[in-house]
Amino acid sequence: MTEEVTTIKSNPIAVPETVLIIQHLYKSFGDNRVLADFSLELKKGETVIVLGKSGSGKSVLIKCIIGLLKADKGSIKVFGKNIPDITPDELDQIRARVGFLFQSNALYDSMTVRENLEFPLRRHWIKLSQEEVNRMVIDSLEDVGLAHTVDMMPVELSGGMRKRIALARTLILKPEIILYDEPTTGLDPITGKEIIDLMMEIRKKYNTTSLIISHDMNCVKMPGARVVILVDGCCYANGSYDQLIKNIDRKVKQFFQ
Amino acid sequence: MLSTPKISLFLTQAGELSRFTARFFRQWTKPRLEISEFLRQCFVIGYKSLPLIGLTAFIMGLVLTMQLRPSMVDYGVESQLPAIVGIAIVREIGPVITALIFAGKIGSSIGAELGSMKVTEQIDAMEVSGTNPFKYLVVTRTMAATLMLPVLTMLGDAISLYGSWLGVNIRSTTSFDLFWMQVFDNLSYADVLPAFFKSYFFGFAVGIIGCYKGYNSSKGTEGVGRSANSAVVISSVIIFIIDLLAVQVTDVFGFN
Repeated sequence: MTEEVTTIKSNPIAVPETVLIIQHLYKSFGDNRVLADFSLELKKGETVIVLGKSGSGKSVLIKCIIGLLKADKGSIKVFGKNIPDITPDELDQIRARVGFLFQSNALYDSMTVRENLEFPLRRHWIKLSQEEVNRMVIDSLEDVGLAHTVDMMPVELSGGMRKRIALARTLILKPEIILYDEPTTGLDPITGKEIIDLMMEIRKKYNTTSLIISHDMNCVKMPGARVVILVDGCCYANGSYDQLIKNIDRKVKQFFQ
Repeated sequence: MLSTPKISLFLTQAGELSRFTARFFRQWTKPRLEISEFLRQCFVIGYKSLPLIGLTAFIMGLVLTMQLRPSMVDYGVESQLPAIVGIAIVREIGPVITALIFAGKIGSSIGAELGSMKVTEQIDAMEVSGTNPFKYLVVTRTMAATLMLPVLTMLGDAISLYGSWLGVNIRSTTSFDLFWMQVFDNLSYADVLPAFFKSYFFGFAVGIIGCYKGYNSSKGTEGVGRSANSAVVISSVIIFIIDLLAVQVTDVFGFN
C-alpha cells in the first residue's frame, strides 16, 4: 500500500486537472434532507469556500467527501475515483492525499503533540526511520510556528495553538487537498485572522487545493478564493467575494449584510 | 409496568448491542492486528486495576471470615472456616465481586473515554488517518478486558484468602500453612475451573458494553456521562445474568 501511495504522489500524470468533482449529491437524515442535488468542481490549486447557515449541511458535505458519511445518491470523484464505490484500501489511499482539519481539532487527548503528529504517518503504512519521522514532525510544527510544543499534551495548549497543531497534523502527510471544517469557529477574531493567514501561507507554500467550510466573513474574503453559497442543500450561488457581494438576490444578500 | 416505548427502546438497544458484538467477532482476527495498543490496554486495564481489586478482595476475605465465624462456632465447625471461606471465595464471591469492581472502574472509564472521543470527533480523525477505529479502540479494549479479568480474579482470590487467614487469626491461631492446606484440600478443579472460565465472560461483557456505550455516545458532555453510567449499570446486571447461566451450565455438567 505504501508503494502505491508513493507512486500516485510522485506521478503528476495520475493527477487530473480537476481534483474533486461532486455531482447531484443527496443526503438525508430521516426526513431531514440536508443535501439535495449539490454539485461542485474543484481544480488543482484552487480555494473554494462553502458558505452556509448553521445546520445547512456544510460539514455533512465534507464528511461525505472524505468518506466519513455515505451519500444517499450522487457521485463524489476525488482524483478520479468515486468515493461511494471504492474499497476501504482505496479510500485509505485517497485519505492519505486529502487532509481534514476538524472543527473541534480532534487532537488525541491521551497523546503528546509529537504522538498526535506521528499517528497518521504510522497509520498510512509509510515506512520511515525514526529520524525521518522526527524531522517531518518538527517541519510540520515549524510550518505552524509551534515547534516548541512537541512534547506537550493537547490539554496544555490554548484554543488557537490546538488549531495550529491540528493543522500541522493535517499537513504532515503533505496532502494535495485540504478540507477545512469551520477553521475559525470558537476562536477570537485575532487568532481567527492568524489561522486564516496560516491557511493562505500553506496554500502558497505547498500549492494545495483547499475546500473551506465556513460562515466567518473574514474567511470568505480570502484573496483568490471562490465562494459557493449553500442554500436548501444545493449550490445556490457561486463566484468570487467581489461578485457575490454585488448580487441582488435576497438569499445571497443576507450572507453579506 | 414497563410502557411500550421503554420495551421498544430496550429491544432496540439489545439488537444494536448484538450487532456491535457480531462486528467485534467479524473484525478481531482481521489485519491489521493492533498488538501494541492491545498490550497498552492490558497494562492499563489489568495492571492499573490491581491495587483496587487487591484492596477490595482483601477486605472482602477478612470481613467474610469475621462474619461467618460466630455461626461456625455455634454449629461447632469452627475448624471448617478456611474450607468454607475458600470455596465461597473461589467459586462465587471472588469472581463476581472482582467483576463488579472491574465493571465500576474499567466499564466506566472505557465508556467515558470512547464517549468523549466520539463527541470531539477523535474517532472520525482516526478513521481519516487510515485507522480502523473499531479495531484500534473496541477490539483492543474488549480483548484486554476479557483476558485481564480472569488474571485479576485469580490474584483477587489469593489476596482475599490472605485476608481470610488474618480474619481467622483475630480470635484464634492458625498457621499460614495449615490455613492454605485446609483451603486447598477442600477445593477441586470443579470449583476452580468454572469460576475461572466465567471470568472470561464477565470480562468480555464489561469490555464490549463499555465500548458499545462509549462508541455510540451522543448529545455532547451529558451523553458522555450517561454512557459511562449506563456502561457500569448494564455490565453489572449482565454479570449477574452470566453468573446465573454459568451456575445452570455447571449444574448440567455435574460440577455443582
